[in-house]
Amino acid sequence: MKVKFMNYINNLFRVIFGRKKLIRLGVYGPVNAGKTTLANRICKDWIGEELGTVSKIPHETREIQVKEKVKIRSNSKELDFNIIDTPGIATKIDYEDFMKFKLNEKESKQRAKEATKGVIEAIKWLENVDAVLVVLDSTQNPYNQVNITIIGNLAARNIPVLIIGNKVDLKKANIKKIKNAFPQYTTVGISAEKGKNMEDFYEALFELIK
Amino acid sequence: MLTLQFIPYSEVKDLSSLGRIRKLLNMAKENKIVLLEGRLSKEEEAELIKTTMEEINASFKGIELAVVNPSENENDVFSKLRSTLASTLLGNRQGFTIIGPATIIKSIKRDPNKLQLLMKDAASRRSSKKHKRRR
Repeated sequence: MKVKFMNYINNLFRVIFGRKKLIRLGVYGPVNAGKTTLANRICKDWIGEELGTVSKIPHETREIQVKEKVKIRSNSKELDFNIIDTPGIATKIDYEDFMKFKLNEKESKQRAKEATKGVIEAIKWLENVDAVLVVLDSTQNPYNQVNITIIGNLAARNIPVLIIGNKVDLKKANIKKIKNAFPQYTTVGISAEKGKNMEDFYEALFELIK
Repeated sequence: MLTLQFIPYSEVKDLSSLGRIRKLLNMAKENKIVLLEGRLSKEEEAELIKTTMEEINASFKGIELAVVNPSENENDVFSKLRSTLASTLLGNRQGFTIIGPATIIKSIKRDPNKLQLLMKDAASRRSSKKHKRRR
């Protein structure tokens, strides 16, 4: 209730005094799409330090991570962002899946417990963002209910969305499929890990915010 | 034995969002695959995921979900207007929702024209049950 009230006040100020200078940029998406890799890439590009750890084990990010006041420049424009990296959203979490990555049963159960909390937090934080990067793995089928639910919820809240097709450096990547799945949104293909196509990404980000 | 339960829209139309989510989730937890006439709203989808996460434990591993909205891919203004009007008059009756437990459904594969439910094979379901019993 308090959060909703504060959002209302923030939005009111934005309407009265024009666009606020600090943009809360959420990084959302399904598990293992490369959200933290992208958040790290952005932070490394502009402040020279990373935001979180990356791993092949699913649900590595299990808490919201925020890097405040990241100044980004593109085409002689400059904006300040709070980069909000969120845990991957999923509809199921099975601790036995973590055991395939050589975690023991206790560690796996703990990770699963934290991961469920992370998903809940990520959904709650939808109330606290001004714009969102939806990061999808471009080697995977984009017609996934988690993707549809995230994007649908952002649309219902009138939050601007930029879709990132990550991992375009991989052979199986198919950006066209993502564009076809969500034709009403701008999609940029990048490789956050390799830093490929980041200029286009920053341009699209500024287009989104303007 | 697998159970597929159909729920007509009339059975959920008077329920609150929370009631609708509870009904679907309870059935999934009873190891049923549910086919609901009509669809959940976007907010209800997010709430369903949140509630599912709160209830995950050793025996309930979550759900597989697909909400199909036939008007989603309509791009022309007239079609959009028609589906908005239909939704206003009839509620979210258009389309359908499939939900089932993740211990039974491996994944739901969808593309614009096709939806496939991939089930876990009996052996893997049995081994998961054995694992549970050992605990």
